[in-house]
Amino acid sequence: MNNEQKKHLITYLANGTRYDGRGLLEWRPIHVETGVSQSAEGSARVRVGKTDIMAGVKLALEKPYGDTPDQGNLMVNAELYPLSSPKFETGPPGEQAIELARVIDRGIREAKTIDVKKLCLKSGEKVWSVSVDIVTLNDDGDLMDAGALAALAALQAARFPGVKEGIVDYGERTSTPIPIDMHPVTVTVYLIDKYFVVDPLPEEEEAADARLTIAVDEHGMVRALQKGGAEKLTIDQIDKMVGIAVKKAPELRKLIK
Amino acid sequence: MSEALLIKDKEIAVPGEIIAQGMGFVPNKGVFRDGDVLVASKLGMVSVEGKVVKLIPLSGKYIPKAEDKIICQMTDVLLTGWRVDTNSPYSAVLNLKDATNEFVARGADLTQYFALGDWIVCKVTNVTSQKLVDISTRGPGLHKLQGGRMVEVNAYKVPRIIGKDASMISLIKNATGCEIIVGQNGLVWLHGAPSQELIAAEAIKKIEAEAHLPGLTDRMVDFLKQKTGKTPTMNEQHQTTEGSES
Repeated sequence: MNNEQKKHLITYLANGTRYDGRGLLEWRPIHVETGVSQSAEGSARVRVGKTDIMAGVKLALEKPYGDTPDQGNLMVNAELYPLSSPKFETGPPGEQAIELARVIDRGIREAKTIDVKKLCLKSGEKVWSVSVDIVTLNDDGDLMDAGALAALAALQAARFPGVKEGIVDYGERTSTPIPIDMHPVTVTVYLIDKYFVVDPLPEEEEAADARLTIAVDEHGMVRALQKGGAEKLTIDQIDKMVGIAVKKAPELRKLIK
Repeated sequence: MSEALLIKDKEIAVPGEIIAQGMGFVPNKGVFRDGDVLVASKLGMVSVEGKVVKLIPLSGKYIPKAEDKIICQMTDVLLTGWRVDTNSPYSAVLNLKDATNEFVARGADLTQYFALGDWIVCKVTNVTSQKLVDISTRGPGLHKLQGGRMVEVNAYKVPRIIGKDASMISLIKNATGCEIIVGQNGLVWLHGAPSQELIAAEAIKKIEAEAHLPGLTDRMVDFLKQKTGKTPTMNEQHQTTEGSES
């Protein structure tokens, strides 16, 4: 995107509108669907406008880490499939895929979403390991918020498989959900010129000077932050962005209840 | 084996569907022969001209064709030209000699003409059998696009968006006061006031969605009247800067 194209985009923002006619702090229609995969213990598909992303939860019995013998494990992985955008290539995960996974992981982990102590079967020997896999089906902007929402929806929908003599029986599905204490959702606020925007279109992501991804729990507490983009943010700007995120988060959370 | 046309002229065929039986028919674009039947390879409308059966595609990406006027974006600056994205599976090369009439010294900075991310309206000059695409910006109405925004539509609906003798596009231009350039590759460039551009973009999306339904022009006149509050007029003077109906 060159300077003239960016200037044109900013005239829209100055008029309080965007390329698809939305307000600056308005979301596109969001659809959350759970139980989309039969082989995963929990799964969800989130569509934000034309953005389409899927999350799956697998549960396995593993040996705990040495420093946390009585806690279950959480792993989040993300893959940006080439079918979802011409910008994504096959091969080892790139910077964007790793950042997506790390930011979603951090939001879930730091909010203490899962009560990891309840995932312990036998201290030091057997704990449940929760792995969340996120795959993109179409990238039309705002993968982070959509991915975090899908991950949480999939965790909520997950049910433990049966266990027979210490071995997991994936054919059996119990009715026990994963112990979830908190429901953090992430809101990414983009700064373009002097305007704040949520749920960006690809053009807006390209034009953005900076972005701040903010994970907010149901008490309006900020649980994790991730700053991106080339420009710096002032304390005043961060304050405003966090304010926007805290205000917008309940809109996302009510979609997965 | 008897000869029969299983899908009639102007009907829709889906990929893999058998259109005709027997050796009496000849396959053309979008149709191939399998034994003694003709099979559709795309989603499209069947067109039968004598013995020749072809498909007019209804969906899919744009495929470059010589003489098309398309809108491209610069993706790379080469030693003696530019590589551009054509909104198709194939990228194209714009050679320096096809870009400017000026004398350009060896080693000059080519970004003074076109820089990364710039949009241009250009013409496809040649497409080889290996789909190497050459384009040119020398010619009437071919130039760099300053600012503005892009709307993407199905490339096969472009003729309907332009309309007969550019009637549809001049309707939108007059109603919204926007500059509009339609590329055959499905990219539409808009430049105007934000509120008017949004109406133009919505109108273009509406044409794309309703291209197959009759009475489109009347519905578009009503739509634009309702959105802008004034009756749009058709103006025949604007047609020079658009790609023609194909």
